[in-house]
This record gives sequence, structure tokens and C-alpha cells, in this order.
Amino acid sequence: MVRRNNINQPKEMTQLEFLNVVTPFKDKVFRLAKRLLVSREEAEDATQEVLIKLWKNKAKIKDYKNIEAFSMTMTKNFCFDKLKSKQAQNLKIVHNNYQDHNVSLQKAVELNDSLNWVEKIMQELPEQQKMVVQLRDIEQYDFKDIAKMLDMNETAIRVALSRARKTIREKLTKTHNYGVK
Amino acid sequence: MVLNNIEHLLEKYENGETSLKEEQQLKNYFSQETVAPHLEMYKPMFQYFVVNQQEQFTKQLPLKSKKVFNYKWLSIAAVVVLMVSIFITKPFNNEELMLTAAEKTEIKNAKEALAIMSKHLNQGTAQVNYLGAINKAGTQVDYLKEITNPMDRLFKNKK
Repeated sequence: MVRRNNINQPKEMTQLEFLNVVTPFKDKVFRLAKRLLVSREEAEDATQEVLIKLWKNKAKIKDYKNIEAFSMTMTKNFCFDKLKSKQAQNLKIVHNNYQDHNVSLQKAVELNDSLNWVEKIMQELPEQQKMVVQLRDIEQYDFKDIAKMLDMNETAIRVALSRARKTIREKLTKTHNYGVK
Repeated sequence: MVLNNIEHLLEKYENGETSLKEEQQLKNYFSQETVAPHLEMYKPMFQYFVVNQQEQFTKQLPLKSKKVFNYKWLSIAAVVVLMVSIFITKPFNNEELMLTAAEKTEIKNAKEALAIMSKHLNQGTAQVNYLGAINKAGTQVDYLKEITNPMDRLFKNKK
């Protein structure tokens, strides 16, 4: 009965209502996009695309049980498509150039920033591990939500998470030791 | 916080077995100025997580609410047209079924009365049919017009 009422409601979401729905998680969408695409600009474009897609489907938005999880999945898929087409166009070189530029620029600003090391290590992780760390350690989603977003089972998520955390720690230990020596 | 506890949590953490609450404990511990020297390498990792969570999407969203044509009204209009056309082609279709026996006989009587009336009217018109003969005669006298024709020609020749 309640569902029916929702469907029968002819009123469309206003811009304000939409922003109220989207605001709590739009930064998470952006951060996931940035984790995968690296470039801030591209992540901004991706976030825009995802939110505009949501806006265009705002009539259906109320039917989705979990808009946030749905949006994160959309973001993941969008970024994967982006990465795939990039690889197809052999734009990997440009991508690497960007990274180098980024690192050197930040190095100039703050030479000894250990957080940059973590960023670099994260960039070297496989895509799936990147996302799992992003969603768990940064966004603090519970495993149930991450499973929904990434279409993985919880055990697989724990395994990927464990691998990523160990890799980060190992690499940090190395750089830490270099720093000491 | 007891160091033993942190070490234990770190082990659980690396196996992907900590709860969100326990992970928060670790983040809190490593956000301190000084941590145990042998755990120093974890510090940038947990700090990175905390700092990264604050990054925001600042770009403006171009949300335009363009008026899309509402197909609902079109379908409603179509239904109305359909119903009206059905009503026009088969008016009072169901009413016959709803009539009582008394009404039916009344209608029958009325029909009979009308039939008798129209029969008498037909008889009346049949009786006045001979008037058609006048028309016939009229056409028969039409050739008289031709008389004027040669007269005109005669006058023209004179001129």
C-alpha cells in the first residue's frame, strides 16, 4: 500500500529535495572516483556525471532502497569504463605523466610528507583493493554495504582488505627504514 | 590505551577482522603526537585515512529541470476520446437491459403509434402525388422557349 502511494505521487523532486538526498554522500562519490581515476579533475567530472544521471532519474529515486549504495556502484562502473577506454586509447602515458607531475609538485611543496607515500602506495594497489580500502578505511562503510556496492561477498572483501592493509604496512615499513637510515 | 591492546587490534586489523569501532580506536591512537616506536610506520597510514575523509567535491552541479512532455495527460486524453466515440456509436447500449417490463410495453405502444402515424402520412403524400403531373406538363411545354430563338435571330439579321 505504501509503495503504491509512492508510485502514484505525481510530484517530481525539486532541485532542493534532490540536493538534500545527494549531499550526504556526494563527497564519498567524489573520493571513490578520485581513488580510481587519480586526477582530481577527472574525478570531479565523473562525480558530476553520476549526480546528473541521478538527477535525470529522479522520478525513480524514491523506489531505490539505498540510493547511496546505488550511487557508489554507479561511480565504480563509470570509473571502470573510463579506465578501460583510457587503456584502449593508450592514454596510459598521459596518466603516468600526470602522476609524476603531481608527486614532483607536492614534493616541492612539502618534501617530507609521509602521507604522500601512503597515497603513492595506494595508487599501486590493484583496483579492487583500492576500492575496498577506500570504502572501509576511509568511508567507514560496514561490510554489508560494501558487499552491495561492489557486488562481492563479505569474505572476499575481508580477504582483499587484509591483503591491501598488509601491503601498505610492508611498503611503509620499508620507506620508514629508509628514512631512518 | 594499553599498548598490548593496540598490538592485538593491529593484528586483527591486518586480517580484516576488526569492527568499525575498533578501527576508530586505532585511528585515535595513531592520531596522537607520539606512538610506540615499533608501530611508527602505521602512523601515516591511519592519518592518511582520516585526512582523506575530509576531501570534498566542490564543483557546481548544472541541474536543469527542463519541462518534459507529460505522457500521462496524453493517455488520459486518449481514453476520454475513446470513451466519447464509443458512447456516440453505441449510445444507451446498456439502458435497454435496465428497462422494466412496463417501460418496455410503453415503448412498444409508442412505436406502434408512431408507425400508424407515419403510415397515414405516407397515404397523405401518395394522394398528393398527382401534383407531380404538373411538373411533367411544365417540362413538356419547354419547347415553347425555342420560339423565342428564331425571333432573336430575325431581329439580329435586321440590324
